[in-house]
Amino acid sequence: MSTQTPDTDSETEQPSSTSPQERRMAEKQARKEQREADEAAADNEIQGETVELKVFRYDPEIEGKEEPRFDSFTVPFEKGMTVLDALIFARDEYDSSLTFRHSCRQAVCGSDAFFVNGSQRLGCQTQIADLDGPVRVEPLPHQDVVKDLVVEMDHFYDQMESVDPFFDPDETPEDELEEQRQDRENREQVKLSTRCIWCGACMSSCNIAAGDNKYLGPAAINKAYRFYMDEREGENKRQERLEIIEAEHGVWRCQTQFSCTNVCPKDIPLTEHIQELKREAVKQNLKFW
Amino acid sequence: MYEHDVIVVGGGGAGLRAAIAAHEEGADVAIVTKLHPVRSHTGAAEGGINAALQEGDSWEDHAYDTMKGSDYLGDAPAVDTFAQDAPEEVIQLEHWGMPFSREEDGTVSQRPFGGLSFPRTTYAGAETGHHMLHTLYEQVVKRGIEVYDEWYVSQVAVTDEDDPNERDCHGVVAWDVQSGEIAGFRARDGVILATGGLGQAYDHTTNAVANTGDGVAIAYRAGVPMEDMEMIQFHPTTLPSTGVLISEGVRGEGGILYNSEGERFMFEYGYATNDGELASRDVVARAELTEVQEGRGVEDEYVYLDMRHLGEERITDRLENILHLARDFEGVDGLEEPMPVKPGQHYAMGGIEVDEHGETCIDGLYAAGECACVSLHGGNRLGGNALPELLVFGARAGSHAAGADMPEPKIQTGPDPDAEREELGVPVGEPGATEAAADGGAVENPDSDPEAVVEATAEEERERIETLLEREDGVNHADVRADLQESMTENVNVFREEGSLKQALRDIQDARERYQDVYVADKSRTFNTDLQHTIETRNLLDVAEAITMGALARDEFRGAHWRKEHQERKDDEYLKHTLVSWNDGEPELWYRPVILEGDEQTYEPKIRSY
Repeated sequence: MSTQTPDTDSETEQPSSTSPQERRMAEKQARKEQREADEAAADNEIQGETVELKVFRYDPEIEGKEEPRFDSFTVPFEKGMTVLDALIFARDEYDSSLTFRHSCRQAVCGSDAFFVNGSQRLGCQTQIADLDGPVRVEPLPHQDVVKDLVVEMDHFYDQMESVDPFFDPDETPEDELEEQRQDRENREQVKLSTRCIWCGACMSSCNIAAGDNKYLGPAAINKAYRFYMDEREGENKRQERLEIIEAEHGVWRCQTQFSCTNVCPKDIPLTEHIQELKREAVKQNLKFW
Repeated sequence: MYEHDVIVVGGGGAGLRAAIAAHEEGADVAIVTKLHPVRSHTGAAEGGINAALQEGDSWEDHAYDTMKGSDYLGDAPAVDTFAQDAPEEVIQLEHWGMPFSREEDGTVSQRPFGGLSFPRTTYAGAETGHHMLHTLYEQVVKRGIEVYDEWYVSQVAVTDEDDPNERDCHGVVAWDVQSGEIAGFRARDGVILATGGLGQAYDHTTNAVANTGDGVAIAYRAGVPMEDMEMIQFHPTTLPSTGVLISEGVRGEGGILYNSEGERFMFEYGYATNDGELASRDVVARAELTEVQEGRGVEDEYVYLDMRHLGEERITDRLENILHLARDFEGVDGLEEPMPVKPGQHYAMGGIEVDEHGETCIDGLYAAGECACVSLHGGNRLGGNALPELLVFGARAGSHAAGADMPEPKIQTGPDPDAEREELGVPVGEPGATEAAADGGAVENPDSDPEAVVEATAEEERERIETLLEREDGVNHADVRADLQESMTENVNVFREEGSLKQALRDIQDARERYQDVYVADKSRTFNTDLQHTIETRNLLDVAEAITMGALARDEFRGAHWRKEHQERKDDEYLKHTLVSWNDGEPELWYRPVILEGDEQTYEPKIRSY
C-alpha cells in the first residue's frame, strides 16, 4: 500500500504572508532549527552510550506499587532510538510489568502520548537524541492514571463524541455511484483538521480543560471544525453544530494560549481553528440581530 | 455474560464495516476490540483504494488484474465479487464524508498503481487508511453501535462435535484489559473475526505491535483451516531500525536505490532491466537482499533509497510525510541524506479460510479483512487492493451474520476428509496439547445449549489465566517471542530453502516447548499487558508454524513465495490452496484446488513476467 499524494499536500501556499498560520509555521521552523542544533550537540554526548529513563510507576492493586514513584532504567543508546524504543527495551529486558499503550510505532495510532521531559509528545515520534538526559517519562497530565503510563481516556472520547463527530448532509445523491462534489479549496480548508489521531496530547496540555471538566477541548472543537467548514453539510446541521460549538463550555472558553497547537504531533493549527469558529459564531449571531 | 445478535472482534476497517452492515440489517451489534477503534492498524495504510469508477474502466478489468497479480492463486468467485462490489463501497465512503483527494471538477481523484491496467486507485493524500478508519468509526458513532474497547478476545465459544464442519459458534470470551474481568459474550446470530495482520511473527515488519494474528489462531484452534499462510508479502522499502514503511511513491516519483558501492543496482546488476526501481515488490525485495548477501549492502544490512535529486520543492509537495517518517523514526533528513531501507514483512495474503460471504466452516463464525483468506490476493496482493477488500468482504460478512439472504456460496470451506495429508518429515504441533495452562485449544463443552457453551468456554479461560498468573517463575514470553521472530526472519523470509525452512520448524517446536513453562511476572489484574502479550505469543507460534509448513510443502516459485531449489511456477501441480487444519494439537497440511471459473470468463494462467 503506498504512493504519495501528487497534488495538495503543500502547507506553504497561504493566501496572505501575515496569516496566523504562516506565522505559526515560521515559529515552528525556527523551533525545528533550534532542535536540530541541540540534537547535533546532544548526539556527541549520548552516541554509543546509554540513556537513563526515569519512568512514573503506579499500580493501584499491587502492594508496594500503589504509591506513585519513579523507576530508573539504564538503556543502551542506539542512533535513531525513540522514547518508545527505550521503554520497550526496559520492559522486555528489565521489568515486564512496566505498562504503557503503544501499537503502530509510526505516529498514526495515537496511543503512546506521554509527558516526556515536561511536554506532551508521542513516544514513538520522539528521538532520544533530541532530549536532555535523564529522560523523564510520565503519564499525560490532567487525566486519571490507570497504571504506570496508562491514563483513562473515556473523558476524552466522550468529549469527541459530544460534537456529533460524523458527516451529516441533508441528502446524498440518489445514484449510489455518484459523488457529492467538493471543490479543492474546500478540501484544503478542512484538510489539516482531518489529520487528528485522537492522541489526547492537546487536551492534556490545555489549562482551561484542566480546570473545566465540561470544556469541549481543542480536539473535539477541531473535529467540529472539520464538519462545520465542510460546505456539503446542510444549513440545519451547521446551525446545530454552531450551537454545540458556542455553548457555555465551547469555543469561548479558549484563552488562546496555543499550548494545544504547540504539542500537536500532527501540526494541526488547533488554536486557529478555535478562533475561526469564534468568528463564525459572532457572524451568525449578528445575522439574527 | 454479555449478549448481542452479532459480535464483531476487532475495530479496524473490516470490523467497523462489518458492524455497520450488520446494524443496517437491523441487528444489535457490538464491537469487541483490544485497542480503541481509532488505534487500529488500518490507519497506517498510505496508498489508496482500488475501484473501477470511471468510463473506460470496468469491474472485469479490475478482476483480471487482480487474478493475474495473484499469480493465479485467487478464487474467481471471490475476485469477481470483489471487483463488482468495490465501486459502490468506495462511493459510499465518499457519501459518509471521507476526505478524498479531488480533481478540479470536484470528483474523487484516481491514480495509477502497480499491476493495474487503468488508473483506478482513489486516495486521500498519503494517509488514505487514516481517513478511511476515522470515517468508518464516525459512522459507527452515528449509529450508536456499542464498542467494548480495550477488551481482548482470547477464545471463540464453539460446540465440540468431532467434525469442525458440524460445529456451531455461539460467542467469544474476552477480558477487560483495564479491570481484568473475564466474560463470555454470547452472539445470537454470529461472530465476525476482523483482527487484522500477523506481522509480529517477524522481527522486521511494517505491522503494528498489536498485529499478532489472534483471530487466525483462535479460529484455527476452534477447527477452521488456515489457508495459503506461506504467502507473505515483503515490502522492499522499510526503515531498518523500526520497519516503518517508506511508500512506493518515493520510487514512483523517481527515487533511486543504491548499494554501498554507489551503484544503481536495479539496472547495473540487471534485476529488472526495464522497470528498475519500479519493478514489482517481490523483485525489488529480492534484489536488495542479494546485494546485501553479496557484500554490497551498507553495514551488511540495508541499501540506500535516494530522493535528494528530486529537489526540496517537489519532495515537500508530494512526499512530505516521508520526510517526517525518515526524520522521526530513523533520524535521517531525506533532503540531505539518502534513506536507509531494507525489505520488511508487510501483509499476509493467507488467513482464516472463508467463503465469499465471509463464513467459515463453523456455522455462525465469520472472518473478514487481512485475517481472512477468501481467497482474493492469492500469491501476491496488488497495492490498493487491501482497503477495498475489507470494505467488500467486511460488509458481506456483516450482512450475512445479521441474517441477510445470500445465495449458496461457490467457495467450499472446512476440512476435507478425503484430501491427502502431506507429511513434512519434521515435528510440528503442540507438545502437551492437553495441558490447559498454555493451550488455547478446543473446549470440551457439556452440551450444545448456547449459553452453556459460552459460559464453559469462559470458565476454562478463567482457569487458564489463573494458572498463568499463579506461576512464580519460568520463561519470559518476550524471550520466546524474540527467538521466534528472529528465526522467521532468518529462515522464512524473502528467500526460502528447504534446509532453513526445516530449521525454522525445529525452532518453532523448541519455542513451543519453552512456552509450556511461560510465566507472567506482572500479577496485577489492572491493565496487564504482560499477560496479554503472553497469550499473543501463543498465537504467533501457531501462525508462524503454518507459514513455515506451507512454505516447505510448496516446492515451486509463485507470487511472493520464492524457493531456491524450485525456480519455476508449477501450474500442473500447484494450482491449489495450502490448508493447515488443527487436529487435536497436530497440524495437518492438505490442498484444495483453485477455482478459476468466474462469472464472465474462466481465467487462464499466463506467465507473470516481471
